[in-house]
Amino acid sequence: MTRSLSDWFRVEHTAFCPGCGHGILLGAIIRAVDDLALDRRRLLFVSGIGCAAWIPSPNIKADTLHTLHGRAVAYATGAKLAKPELNVLVVSGDGDLSSIGGNHLIHGARRNIDMTVICANNQIYGMTGGQTASTTPLGSHTATEPSGSKYRPFDLCALVRAAGAPYAARWPVTRTRSLIDSIKKAVRIKGFTFVEVMSPCPTQFGRRNRFDDVTALYDHINELCIDRDQAGDLSPGQLAARIVIGEFGDE
Amino acid sequence: MSGAKILMGNQACAEGALRAGCTFYAGYPITPSSEIMEILARRLPAEGGAFIQMEDELASIAAVVGAAWSGAKAMTATSGPGLSLMMEGLGYAAITETPCVIVDVQRAGPATGQATRVGSGDLMQVRYGSHGDYCPIALCPWSVQEMYDLTIRAFALSERFRVPSFVLAEESVGHLREAVVLHDDFEMPERDRSQGRQPFGHELADGVPPMPAFGDGANLLVTGSTHDGWGYRRVDSPAPHAELVGRINHKILDHAGEICELDARLLDDAEVAIVAYGFTGRSSLAAVKALRQKGVKAGLLRLKTIWPFPAEQVAALGNSVRWLLVPEMNMGQLAGLVRQHVNCEVVSLTQVNGEVIEPATIIETVLGRKS
Repeated sequence: MTRSLSDWFRVEHTAFCPGCGHGILLGAIIRAVDDLALDRRRLLFVSGIGCAAWIPSPNIKADTLHTLHGRAVAYATGAKLAKPELNVLVVSGDGDLSSIGGNHLIHGARRNIDMTVICANNQIYGMTGGQTASTTPLGSHTATEPSGSKYRPFDLCALVRAAGAPYAARWPVTRTRSLIDSIKKAVRIKGFTFVEVMSPCPTQFGRRNRFDDVTALYDHINELCIDRDQAGDLSPGQLAARIVIGEFGDE
Repeated sequence: MSGAKILMGNQACAEGALRAGCTFYAGYPITPSSEIMEILARRLPAEGGAFIQMEDELASIAAVVGAAWSGAKAMTATSGPGLSLMMEGLGYAAITETPCVIVDVQRAGPATGQATRVGSGDLMQVRYGSHGDYCPIALCPWSVQEMYDLTIRAFALSERFRVPSFVLAEESVGHLREAVVLHDDFEMPERDRSQGRQPFGHELADGVPPMPAFGDGANLLVTGSTHDGWGYRRVDSPAPHAELVGRINHKILDHAGEICELDARLLDDAEVAIVAYGFTGRSSLAAVKALRQKGVKAGLLRLKTIWPFPAEQVAALGNSVRWLLVPEMNMGQLAGLVRQHVNCEVVSLTQVNGEVIEPATIIETVLGRKS
C-alpha cells in the first residue's frame, strides 16, 4: 500500500548534500512515526547543531526544538519532564551527541527518562568541514588528522547501554526496514532508547578518504557492517574495524 | 508586620518562585545557592511541578528552556562558576525569546574564588556574558523580603517580555535571616499562547510575540539560529538578523521605564548621592543616615533593577548632586557605567576581600573627600 507522507513535511527540499544519508534517515523517521500513528500534537523533535540536527528542523511538520551544540538531550529532558505526555525524539549527529554532548548522552541513559535518541553517525564533522569526530574510525583521514585518526572511536550503542539505556540499535541507512522497525520499537519502549544510524557523508568523509563516488562509500560501509549474531565468530582485533549492526538490549 | 516569618534569603527566593507559579526547576548544586534547589526539590514535586538535578549547568539552563517551551514557568539557581557555564544557554534563551528565571547568588570570583564568601563580580557577566547582542533583565535584592518580591517580579517580567530574567543576589542576602511577608500582592501576566500569529514576529508594537507551547498543536519551529517570524532559519541574509537582534534588544530597552524600579532615599536636597545595588544598598543607607547626623547632605539611589540600566534616572541624579559614590563588592563594574551617564564626578569605592562593605567604610570615604 502506498501512502502520502507529504503532510509530514514543512518544506519541499532539504539542505543535504548529494549522496548524504540523512535524507534516507529523515524518510525512515517519518515512516516510523506515521506507522505508529502518534498524535502529532504530542510529538516533539529536539536536535543539536550540525547537519543531522537539520533532519527534523525545519523539515518535519511537528513541534521542533533546534538547540545548541551538544545539548539536545538536556533540552529534551526539560521539555519531557514539564509535559510528560509528549513523545520526544532527539535527532542529532555523532559529534553533537557524543563529543560535545557526551556527558548529556550518558546522563540521559542513566536517568532513563522516556525519550528516543536517533544518532546519525557519519563518522566525521560534516557541517564544519570534515574534522575528526569521537566516532571517526582509526586511520581515517580528516581535516584535523590529515595523516589518519590516531584515537579509537566510541562504540555508541555499548556506551549508552553501559550507562543504562534499555534498548539500543545500530543500522546503516541502507537497511531501511530494520531501521524503521528499530525506531518504532525504540519509541514504544518507555525509557531512554538509542538508535544509531550509519549515515554516509560523501562530501566530507568520502572525499577525504578516497571514495570517489557516492556508491563507493555506501558499498564500503555496507561491507563493514556485520550482524551482531555473526560478530561472535570474529576476534576482537577483527571486529575493531567492523560495524556491528543489530539490536542491543530489550530482548 | 502581620504574617511575617523569619526566613533565609534563599528560602524566601524559593517561596517566591512557588508563589509566582514556577512549576519547573533544573539545576546543579553550588554554594551559596543550593538551599533554593534543596527546597524546590521537596516542594515542586509535592505541588505538581517537576524538579531535576542535571549533570552540570550547561544542561540545567538547557532543561529550563526546554521546560519553558513545554509551557512551564521554569527556573534555575546558581553562582558564578555555574553562571559561566550557563552563558551559552543564556544566549539561546535570549534569541529564542524564552521566559525563564536565573537566580545568581554571587560569591567571590573569579573561578572558584571563595565559594562561601561574598562578591558582586557577576554584574557585567549577567549583562554581557553570552556572545552577541541581547538584553536580559536583572533585579538586585537587598533583603530577604526582596528575595521574595524580586523573584516574583523576575517571573512576571520574564513572562511579560519573553526574556531570561535574573535575580542577581549576593551570598550575604542569600544567607541572611530576617523577617519576610509571603504575600500575594502581585500581578502575574498570563503567557499569550495564541496561535495564528508569528511566534517570533515583528508585527506587534511592543515587540513581544505570542508563544504557544509544545503540545499546543502549533507545529513550533524553535531555533537558536537567526530565524524569521515563523522560526525558519535565515542564516545568510542581512535583514532577518538585523530585525531579530534589533527587536529582542529594543523590546527591553524601549520598556526600561516599565522595568526599572528604583529606591530613592533622602535625595531631594542631597549634595552627595550613593548609587548602590544589592546588599551594599543596606550599608549605604546606614551610611547616609549617619552622614546626615553629621550634617552631610547625603542620599541614596538604590538600583533594584540593574539591567536594563536606569540611565535616565542616574543621569538626572548626576545633575542634581555635586558628586556620586558607587560602592561595590567588585573592582568598580558599575562605576564605569555611571560615569558614562553623568556630568558630575563619580568616586568608585571597591572592595574584593570576600566581605560586605561596612557603613563605616562608606562614611569614611565620603568624609575623606572634600566636597
